[in-house]
Amino acid sequence: MLITRAQTPQLVILSGKGGTGKTSISAAFIHLSESLNQEKRLTVVDADVDAANLNLILQTDSLATYEFWGSSTAEISSEKCEGCGDCVRVCRYDAIFRDPQNNTVYWVDPVACDGCAACVYTCPQNAIAMIQQLEGNWLQSKGKFGMIFHAELFPGRENSGKLVSLIKQKAQEWAQHVESPLMIIDGPPGIGCPVIAACVGADMALIVAEPGMAGLHDLKRIFATLKHFKIPTVLCINKADLYPQGSLEIQQFARQENIKLIGEIPFDPHIQSAIRLGTQVTREFPQAPASQALCKIWQATLDHMLNLGLTGLKING
Amino acid sequence: MQIAIASGKGGTGKTTIATSLAKSLVGSHKVHYLDCDVEAPNGHLFLHPDIQTQKDAIIRIPQIDTNLCTLCGRCVEVCQFHALAQTADEIVLFPELCHGCGSCTWNCPEDAITEIANPIGIIESGITPDGINFCHGVLKISEPMPTPIIRQMRKYKSLSRDSVVILDAPPGASCSVVETLRAVDYAILVTEPSPFGKHDLLQIFGILKDLKIPAGVIINRTDGHESDIEQLILEKQIPILMQIPFDKSIAAGIASGRTLVELQPEYRERFIAMFDFIESFLAVEQVC
Repeated sequence: MLITRAQTPQLVILSGKGGTGKTSISAAFIHLSESLNQEKRLTVVDADVDAANLNLILQTDSLATYEFWGSSTAEISSEKCEGCGDCVRVCRYDAIFRDPQNNTVYWVDPVACDGCAACVYTCPQNAIAMIQQLEGNWLQSKGKFGMIFHAELFPGRENSGKLVSLIKQKAQEWAQHVESPLMIIDGPPGIGCPVIAACVGADMALIVAEPGMAGLHDLKRIFATLKHFKIPTVLCINKADLYPQGSLEIQQFARQENIKLIGEIPFDPHIQSAIRLGTQVTREFPQAPASQALCKIWQATLDHMLNLGLTGLKING
Repeated sequence: MQIAIASGKGGTGKTTIATSLAKSLVGSHKVHYLDCDVEAPNGHLFLHPDIQTQKDAIIRIPQIDTNLCTLCGRCVEVCQFHALAQTADEIVLFPELCHGCGSCTWNCPEDAITEIANPIGIIESGITPDGINFCHGVLKISEPMPTPIIRQMRKYKSLSRDSVVILDAPPGASCSVVETLRAVDYAILVTEPSPFGKHDLLQIFGILKDLKIPAGVIINRTDGHESDIEQLILEKQIPILMQIPFDKSIAAGIASGRTLVELQPEYRERFIAMFDFIESFLAVEQVC
């Protein structure tokens, strides 16, 4: 039975530390959803917009590419500038320098400019204008599973959080239009603005932890972030047998914090092999130890979402 | 000399390289290690610094004196980040949106705005048992902006010219990575031989080209599938500084909090040789 809801439930996959396996796990979930999702209406978001890898291992056809116009950057007109330097005094980002070509006027380093426009309002000559920047592209691509919304932030640009919010909004509109039963969001590493943008509105989070000192440290930080935003959270451990002591420490932390540990994935070179083949480990190597573990984790994730009253996907086909 | 360790993709081994490089050079140089991955800082877990100073990383946010404010709305108009909003009887601040630029303060015609410190994290520094000057920033939970902390860390210490400063960058290729890479002399990029590593390495190459920073690459966890990524690096005419084969015992050792040079001391020589290569490369570049 399909549960009708105003909004498609959102599952976000996060880790704190980078490289723990978020994207491989997201891709496996997307593949495993195919058997439960006869109408092929899964909605997927790759929220790691400055290192967007999910689409590299899904077989999709690109439907459309759109420009992402982000914030604005200050530009000084060398004709109007009289070199008073008031702009330099108000800039808190060390972004304004003497123009290397013409020492009597000033120049804004676009890489350093934060886009605050303080200089624009200060300039007595009205010589500074804010110019909106093309900061990346976002794309909509279609696969066997449904639709993916992803993006390519241009290298070094700001506003990754804003771009994540934008593609999530586009994904949500599409999901509502086709009555998508579930949205899977492959999150970025860290705990800052793009992570917060990926989390906002999520109904459940799955943390992918990695055993070890660094893995545990960063797990604690992402869990605290999710707790702050009051997002129900479950946990799995990837590469669990690489450092068994670390897996025990994660289990202990999960007990302390009352986080449900829904499974452990062993270290398995098939995951790397699948990435190299541009596909999902569960599709290419269904018998591999990692694939077997991922099937169980996917079931447990769905069970947990169902318990929260969340997903319209039918658990048993 | 300032050397940043960056990667694009997360989890490729930036901290492994940065901490081992610091430990290899500390015998012969004055070494500073700056952990700029303020969202997920891990360097301290490997270097065990004795933290001597701790201070707040702040941004300056506006405080509006309601007795002076005439609700003219100028502050709301000049704020580019929608951090201020006007209601019928007050100006409301959303501190998590504020970049601390000061524009509202300067533009208020009534001088009704003063600025107060809003701590968004902490900056800690100290010294490690083997003599590395250590500094890291830690972003407060639920705060969105890592960049101001990195900016303050880099200003925090007057770094002498003869010291080697190793900056451990955050993953990704957005503003916090740029803030770490700005004005460094050289970047060491750590990647892994996979389509993910390759894709994200290209993103970092884009940043370095904009910033005109020379770089070399370390391919970590090699397993006989490197030819693809080697070819890409070759095409970009960037040197491959080192290859580190995948080894389960290294992975387990690093997970337990030990550095690569502690696990396999022969790497110390390789890190020193790599540093010598970078130093002579930069010396030649300066002459040309």
